[in-house]
Amino acid sequence: MKLTGAQVLIQCLKEQGVDTIFGFPGGAVLPIYDALLDSDLTHILTSHEQGATHGADGYARATGRVGVVFATSGPGATNTVTGIATAYMDSVPMVVFTGQVSLDLLGKDSFQEVDITGITMPITKHNFIVKDAQALPDIIRKAFDIARSGRPGPVLVDIPKDIQTAVIDYRPRVIDTSNGNKGAHGEFGKQAERLENGLKAAVEVIRASERPVVFTGGGVIIANAHRELTEFAQKLKAPVVTSLMGLGAFPADHPQYLGLVGMHGSRYANYTVSNCDLIVAVGVRFSDRVIGDVSKFAPSAKIIHIDIDPAELGKNIETHIPLNGDVKVILSRLVDMIEEKRLDDWNKRVEEWKRQYPLKYTDDGSLKPQFILSKLYQMARDNYIITTEVGQHQIWAAQYFNYSQPRTFISSGGLGTMGYGLGAAIGAQVGCPHKRVINIAGDGSFRMNANELATVARYKLPIIEIIMNNSALGMVRQWQHLFFNKRFSNTTLGGDVDFVKLAQAYNIKGMRLDDKAKVEEVLKEALDYDGPVLIECIIDRDEKVFPIVPPGAPIADIIDE
Amino acid sequence: MKHTLSVLVENNPGVLSRISGLFSRRGFNIDSLAVGVTEDKNVSRMTIVVDGDNYTIEQLTKQLNKLIDVIKVTDISKDSVIRELALIKVNASLSTRNEILQIVYIFRAKVIDISKSTMTIEITGNSQKITALEELLQPFGIKEMVRTGAIGLERGQKVIKYTINDEEE
Repeated sequence: MKLTGAQVLIQCLKEQGVDTIFGFPGGAVLPIYDALLDSDLTHILTSHEQGATHGADGYARATGRVGVVFATSGPGATNTVTGIATAYMDSVPMVVFTGQVSLDLLGKDSFQEVDITGITMPITKHNFIVKDAQALPDIIRKAFDIARSGRPGPVLVDIPKDIQTAVIDYRPRVIDTSNGNKGAHGEFGKQAERLENGLKAAVEVIRASERPVVFTGGGVIIANAHRELTEFAQKLKAPVVTSLMGLGAFPADHPQYLGLVGMHGSRYANYTVSNCDLIVAVGVRFSDRVIGDVSKFAPSAKIIHIDIDPAELGKNIETHIPLNGDVKVILSRLVDMIEEKRLDDWNKRVEEWKRQYPLKYTDDGSLKPQFILSKLYQMARDNYIITTEVGQHQIWAAQYFNYSQPRTFISSGGLGTMGYGLGAAIGAQVGCPHKRVINIAGDGSFRMNANELATVARYKLPIIEIIMNNSALGMVRQWQHLFFNKRFSNTTLGGDVDFVKLAQAYNIKGMRLDDKAKVEEVLKEALDYDGPVLIECIIDRDEKVFPIVPPGAPIADIIDE
Repeated sequence: MKHTLSVLVENNPGVLSRISGLFSRRGFNIDSLAVGVTEDKNVSRMTIVVDGDNYTIEQLTKQLNKLIDVIKVTDISKDSVIRELALIKVNASLSTRNEILQIVYIFRAKVIDISKSTMTIEITGNSQKITALEELLQPFGIKEMVRTGAIGLERGQKVIKYTINDEEE
């Protein structure tokens, strides 16, 4: 059938099973937005294109489906850059469609022209500029396939305006949108043999190990391998530590669970890793935030590293047994191959560390963020998704709220994007209407993209926005305190904004919490309220995130007060 | 150590910038890069000479393989024929012409242009051979020189194939 490029785009989105788009219209995407009116796709209009990309990202992380963004050319396109980079660092499947000036105007510094494929080359898994209208459907199909296959990531498709209006011949196609393990070339000849040999070697090393640790990351969640991971860890009887991205991959209430490892890992988690003789690392990339000083990281440990991206194996740390492939497949193979272990001595040592060095904060009767989050966890439990901004509140949310299900903790781990959380909360709430999304924010991060409260209000999304207001850029201030001799340069904010009034201006229920005794009451009111709520929690400026390992130091060198 | 990588890529616009961008972003140093079409018009072949230890070359190969436009990366440092081409414009007066011609003859190079005071010499060979000729011509005064990157093929019947399923070698 004959359709315009814009109509073809809509049809191709439907082929992919897309039902929701995050975006912002503009001159170079007018034909697309026109075609959108005749479709049944849901379009979430954000305040800013950055919010749209974070929205699509949060939607993708919460649902496991590909997030989709529309933005116009020029500034619309450049506004998506931070959101794309955030998704790229955390391997989030996303396809961003940007409008572009017509082909005849391309390269002439035309109005709202920018080379967005050039700009996003290092922060996308791949990108395209469409110069032949007939190629449009296949480019869109390829974009989705690339975004979701193998190690997922963002893909950008730049569509000039005249391609959107060109009439082409469109033939519908049925697409298999399951994640599968496409892109993992593990099945073929030599590579398959290498994997088999690796598995055998891994089983042998696991059998011989007396002090193993399982280290889990975001890859387990992406691969939907949390069940296999839990089975594996239970058969191994080893303690389980996690990266920030891995929260929710292994149930936090499980006795083998030790939580975060690395810069903000507990003493017991970091001691366990530092003293182990084997790390089975699953879907992680050994980020500098985890390993600290690489030469002193788990000095007596062998490392088995399982990942779908071969480039991660041996990149940040020397790996003894690299296993390249879908972590779900490899874990279930390992579960079948390994013998059940008994590690009583080792687990006794770990238990002892756990007892001796629990995660703690000083409870002096004042309102503490850790207390609020613990209370929130007790009251909210399941059926909630936590999103965060970036900073102290993010780490508290990782430490004091327990995550027992994958896709319930959504945070910018790799890029550390302040201003990510509210957009991500919008996306997660749109993608999971039956769950309640709670965004944990700091006052600094909240100010970055507070404009998205308008989106929350517009779509009446029942998001709970909790702002830990310490009137400071807390994490940077903490680093200034610890590592820059308490010279607080530009990190003190003061009470310049009344957040409750701001919420009210958006017709959002605003509450202020400044008393420990009222925590339960206020949280209950928010949780019971059927609509968007903002809670401003007044906390102390000098409250710190502990434990902390100084950047680049061995992870056993812990500061905890 | 120097490695020569042969990289088959899809002949899409922007592919050169994707590859050079990867090198600069990840801090890999390119000694030389040569690119041209192959027997298949949809496929280009890049020959990239890089200096690095085993870790660097492994990372580089893996990162290149992640680029969608890259079809295959092969390290052809061992057992291959590698050639560069250089054009050298050298001062050549009546009195020095013969001497230069003798050097050109020994190197099996070619004179491709001559004027009253200069000669332009074309030479192909590996990097050392070209550098050696350059050094010998230096005393006469090199006015201009241009050098291509290295290109290479593996010796014997070995062929780098394209499809993912094909095994190396």
